Amino acid sequence: MSLWRQLSRGLRVLIHRAEADRDLDAEVEHWLDQAAADLAASGLSPEEARRAARVKLGGTLSAREQVREHGWERVVGGAAADLTYAARRLRKDAAFTLLAVLTLALGIGAATAIFSTVNPVLFERLPYPDPQRLMTISDVGGSGARLDVTYGTYREVAQRSHALASLAVLKAWQPTLGGLDVPERLDAQRVSAGYFRTLGVEPLLGRDFTPADDRPKGPDVVVLGHALWRRLGGNTDIVGRIVTLDDTPFTVIGVMPERFENLLAPSAQVWAPLQYGESFAPDSREWGHHLRMVGRLRPGMDREAAARELTTIAGSPLPELPRVPWADLSGGVLLSSLRDEVTQGVRPALLAVVAAVLLLLAITGVNVTNLLLARGAQRRGEFAMRAALGAGRARLVRQLLTESLLLAVLGGALGLAVAELGVRALVALSPAGLPRLDAIRVDIAVLGFALALSAVIGIGVGIVPALQASTPGLRAGVERNSRRSVGDYRRTRGSLVVAEVALALVLLVSAGLLFRSLSRLLAVDTGFDDAPLLTMQVQVTGHRYDADSVRYGFLERSLDAVRGVPGVAAAAYTSQLPLSDDLDVYGVHLERETDPANDGAALRYAVTPGYFAAMGIPLRTGRLLGEHDGVHSPRSVVVSEAFARSAFPGGDPIGQRLRFGDPEGDWYTIVGVVGDVRQTALGLTSANALYVTPTQWHWVDRRVSLVVRGRGVPATLAPAVRAAIWSVDKDQPVVRVATMRELVEASVADRRFALIVFEAFGVAALTLAAIGLYGILSVSVTERTREIGVRSALGASSRDILRLVLRQGMVLTAVGVALGLVLAWAATRSLAALLFELPPLDPVTYGSVVTLLLGVSVLACWGPAWRAARLDPAITLRAE
Amino acid sequence: MDRPNTDVIQGTLDLLLLKTLSLEPMHGYGIARRIEQISRGVFKVNPGSLLTALQRLERAGSVDAEWRQTENARRAKVYALTRAGRKQLTAEAADWTRRAGAVARLLHTES
Repeated sequence: MSLWRQLSRGLRVLIHRAEADRDLDAEVEHWLDQAAADLAASGLSPEEARRAARVKLGGTLSAREQVREHGWERVVGGAAADLTYAARRLRKDAAFTLLAVLTLALGIGAATAIFSTVNPVLFERLPYPDPQRLMTISDVGGSGARLDVTYGTYREVAQRSHALASLAVLKAWQPTLGGLDVPERLDAQRVSAGYFRTLGVEPLLGRDFTPADDRPKGPDVVVLGHALWRRLGGNTDIVGRIVTLDDTPFTVIGVMPERFENLLAPSAQVWAPLQYGESFAPDSREWGHHLRMVGRLRPGMDREAAARELTTIAGSPLPELPRVPWADLSGGVLLSSLRDEVTQGVRPALLAVVAAVLLLLAITGVNVTNLLLARGAQRRGEFAMRAALGAGRARLVRQLLTESLLLAVLGGALGLAVAELGVRALVALSPAGLPRLDAIRVDIAVLGFALALSAVIGIGVGIVPALQASTPGLRAGVERNSRRSVGDYRRTRGSLVVAEVALALVLLVSAGLLFRSLSRLLAVDTGFDDAPLLTMQVQVTGHRYDADSVRYGFLERSLDAVRGVPGVAAAAYTSQLPLSDDLDVYGVHLERETDPANDGAALRYAVTPGYFAAMGIPLRTGRLLGEHDGVHSPRSVVVSEAFARSAFPGGDPIGQRLRFGDPEGDWYTIVGVVGDVRQTALGLTSANALYVTPTQWHWVDRRVSLVVRGRGVPATLAPAVRAAIWSVDKDQPVVRVATMRELVEASVADRRFALIVFEAFGVAALTLAAIGLYGILSVSVTERTREIGVRSALGASSRDILRLVLRQGMVLTAVGVALGLVLAWAATRSLAALLFELPPLDPVTYGSVVTLLLGVSVLACWGPAWRAARLDPAITLRAE
Repeated sequence: MDRPNTDVIQGTLDLLLLKTLSLEPMHGYGIARRIEQISRGVFKVNPGSLLTALQRLERAGSVDAEWRQTENARRAKVYALTRAGRKQLTAEAADWTRRAGAVARLLHTES
């Protein structure tokens, strides 16, 4: 009943406002009549009685206003009225509104774009049930480095661990999909039976793997990814059909749902059972470090307890589960959460970018605050009038906050458009290692973020100007701006400009550091001559290539064909390509070593003769590999300088012997030393490297990279080179076609990503700071027109006036720079992970940024100062 | 603005309104005058507060309002107690008596 009354009465007031007002008027008028009649009865004249009654009522306006302030509809109605009024004010002041909305759109848009990029990576839960219980487990080798696990370790952990409810191992697999016009290599995974169950996902169609599938010589079955299933027709009767992978028919047993995100191998489209466990002899694949292990904690089990359990298991081998020396778990095992595993590579860059966008957001907020303050100063008269008419301070503040909120919401709406563009740009720019790229988009969470941000910004930028504009000293403002309040206001604006300069300096210093560090990184000697090189990966697939000699024959014949392509100066195959994510490491045993158990490891390059010439890797001593280093000749190896230095300090490596990859295998004789090459990253100093010919290695690799040294622009050779390979066998997939330059660039993509973001934000921040400085000086010059006129009249030259105004601006800048230097000193430490051979306090960067800021400040101050200097004292004084 | 000592004690305005209206339906000024007279000028009612309180009580269903034509062709809004209002009055009066008695006892023991 009463709720109904509340609603209906309130709605009536809202809808029939005039009628409700008339009722209220009538009631108040009636009150006046009655009061006047009473007073008249006590002997006053009717006019006096009426006036006295009015006084007693305390001003009809105020009583009416008091009633109006009550009831829920007043809040709604008031807000609507405020909004209408705010919209009208903003429309009237189009230039101000445009500037403020654009600034806010820039800030909110940038923040929203960055939020949508980092949200799936840093904040969202992984797309699996109970994702916090998913862990990855790696082996910690003797040297303390993280290694992939062996199947033997998996078997032991799976049998002994109670903390892990389920466990799976997986490895990458690149089968060639048959039955198509052009051979296509797929990204795929071989997984143990529990993989999908461990992640907590189920197939959309068909069934999951069972232990019966995952046994040695088990059935050839696959589960398809949703996208591949769609490409193959998307029919529900695909289960039970055959797909040909690497010349082998596989039966499709299931299809994964579209929403399944495979974080451990995002590009994988096909899964097949691992089928390991046939033999645990020391030289079996079961003891190779090449598997990744993922596990799910038992409910109620925390990570520390699980880590303790694994350490105990690692330290107490059981006789019935024998280990091999290179996987004896003496270094323990490392348990880390899947989330850390997925994000750790990009986390520093993303956190830096988040920090940058927060700075930019702060600067845009400060800028709009400044604009609002300036506007508040211009509207002093209006506020004073409204206060005199009975508007309370709270009412004025509410009105002003409504205006700033409206501005922020407009800015936010435009910002969403900016964000949409920004997200596209960010995705295009993003480093290859950025996980969950598909999950980056403007979605509900992002919309919510933008909205919340707009609200916070609206209140944040509005509150100080609103409080200042509505200060109780207002009444004085009706007549004239009082000196005190102008001084206050100028100080507030001044400190905001200082803040802007300081924040801009932090962003610019960060951008400068990243820039200098990236150019240093790109100036690093890679050890090879990247300019003329074209590379591509060739996969030798099919059962007809099962024999090593046949595979090598294909390599030789395809090399001949490639060398025949016009424009090709040299060509060679290598088992791994620098800066391409290839990583192939084997243990090394030196003949003279006293402790044969552990001689370290080296990168293994199986290269066709001519590789060094094609790459431009220089020979230091000895000889290079040649055609004569074949199957039947003594094993020869060429080593890198780093290896020669570390293995034979001060001695001559030539003629020394070593075993490589197989501790019981043939001895290799070192025949030459070549220059070091950066294999994994430009920033990492070269690791030990050993080069052998493919025929002298234990097997001929199926996956090799072709390097082609061109005479012209290398990229243009790609179609002809690919055609040359297919002229030998058209069924061999050719993938990852890229010039060496592109690979070098890709290897610094995360740094480049952070740099571009910081550069863009830095430039925006600098512009905003300059606008802020210009604005405050312009207003200040206008306010001080009279003072300047007096000064000129008293003999100050225009040069003095110029100096006066410039000094005012430069003092603000200088304070901002000083503050910014302190902030930057603190902030850039967090950038250390992204810097390369550059201290966070690099004086060159700091120096040039300060110079740049000072220069831009002078430019920003020049306009107002020039205007002040040109003021005609006669006119300014007469204006008073 | 009225001086503080003549203001209606916070929270008792509703009670005074309900009590006054329980005698007969009345318009706003009449209620104010009655309260001032009966309290012998101790309570002076702020018109804004009174009208606001009446509006609130009407929304809450304690009083009903009705427009009547006055002799000099004006409209007057006349308030009357509803059944719910009568119940509320009984409850609030009892509550007030209890509190006032307690305060009085406290004051006596103090002196």
